[in-house]
Amino acid sequence: MTRQLILATLLGVSASVAHAEVVSPTAVVANEYGEISTSLTGVAGDPVRGAEVMTSRSLGNCIACHQVTALEEFPFHGEVGPSLDGAGARWDEAAMRGIVVNAKAIFPESVMPSFYKVDGFTRPGDAFTGKAAPGALDPLLTAQDIEDVVAYLLTLTD
Amino acid sequence: MTGQTKRVVVAMAALALTASSLAVWADEDADLVVNGEIEMVVRTDAPAHLDGAVRTIYSGWVFRQDDTQAMQMDDFDNPGMLFAEQGQELFNTAMGANGESCASCHTNAEDLTRVRATYPKWDEAHGAVQTVEMQVQECQTESMGMAEAWGQNSQEMLNMTAYIASIGRGQVIDVAIDGPAQATWDAGKEIYYTRYGQLELSCANCHEQNYGNYIRADHLSQGQINGFPTYRLKNARLNGTHNRFRGCIRDTRGETFAIGSDEFIALELYVASRGNGLTVEGPSVRN
Repeated sequence: MTRQLILATLLGVSASVAHAEVVSPTAVVANEYGEISTSLTGVAGDPVRGAEVMTSRSLGNCIACHQVTALEEFPFHGEVGPSLDGAGARWDEAAMRGIVVNAKAIFPESVMPSFYKVDGFTRPGDAFTGKAAPGALDPLLTAQDIEDVVAYLLTLTD
Repeated sequence: MTGQTKRVVVAMAALALTASSLAVWADEDADLVVNGEIEMVVRTDAPAHLDGAVRTIYSGWVFRQDDTQAMQMDDFDNPGMLFAEQGQELFNTAMGANGESCASCHTNAEDLTRVRATYPKWDEAHGAVQTVEMQVQECQTESMGMAEAWGQNSQEMLNMTAYIASIGRGQVIDVAIDGPAQATWDAGKEIYYTRYGQLELSCANCHEQNYGNYIRADHLSQGQINGFPTYRLKNARLNGTHNRFRGCIRDTRGETFAIGSDEFIALELYVASRGNGLTVEGPSVRN
């Protein structure tokens, strides 16, 4: 009985993931201000997982450039970008998603990498090897990573 | 907790604080005098050709931690000087078919004092801008009868360029950017401001717009190359300029240029010129 329930739950989860429409990096639609109102996955972002993406060097590593008081337990916050304290009160969800996907659409001179972009680069490499990219690039973050980060950032209201 | 234990704990906490603040903070206002006699210019007005992009230029030394700074202040503490000494030995060693050493022509090494401060430099005979490494290679194959010159990033070359730099320590950098060198300089400037790789980062994004800021635990410098070749604590060896450029472009998730490529020669000329007014520090110590 228990096993059947678990199986049913697992099937349910995979079915919902399979049915969710993931927007590919080249199909993202932003408005004239760079804001993206539609979720990239249709699955609500998980702010706990978003914090993990923010602080992992192998994922978003957002704190490499941004200071976030709520993430103080993770050492070495950078100073290259603005502090994200209160970011959730400054930007709505569409603007936040637009900034994480492609900040340069909103702030043309921004140093910030575009986390959901796969083309238009000068001398794209094969990750951090220094060699040329062998083929099509994956975006720096997955669609769900982006949704999770956006969900976390929207919690930063102070 | 007894009174004594408490006191010990407090003392330990205080020590830990001191240690961590020493480890984290660079003394950006410190002055650099090597061996108590070579006075370096570690900060000065930016050269006019930077058009106000930065007001002041700084040696990378000012951004390093106190203990790293200290290592460069005395040759006995500077591991890079061991390699410079090996370079001096090579300078006096016969190589190639003609049985000559560098010293056979350059009988007084002091005559090379201005070399590091003025390269890369236009070479009329070759019709191109040459780096110090290219000049050494030219001597080897065209004058000394060596079939094959040292590789640009070989240990011998790093040792030799460390020696040549060490002779010129304290000399004010004055790289020529006009006349026949200008086209190369323009190409280097273009590269400096190009955003490479999947992270779309230019040299300027970090080293012009954000020097002095931290990127995670790294304290960004202006990316000046007056201290090259540089002994890095990170890999405990001498590092050449082009290899360092390569590391930066790699870190943009980009495809790098090759060591010795036309692109890196141009970039070296341009970046060197951004340091006109600083002093030669090679071999310096960096993290």
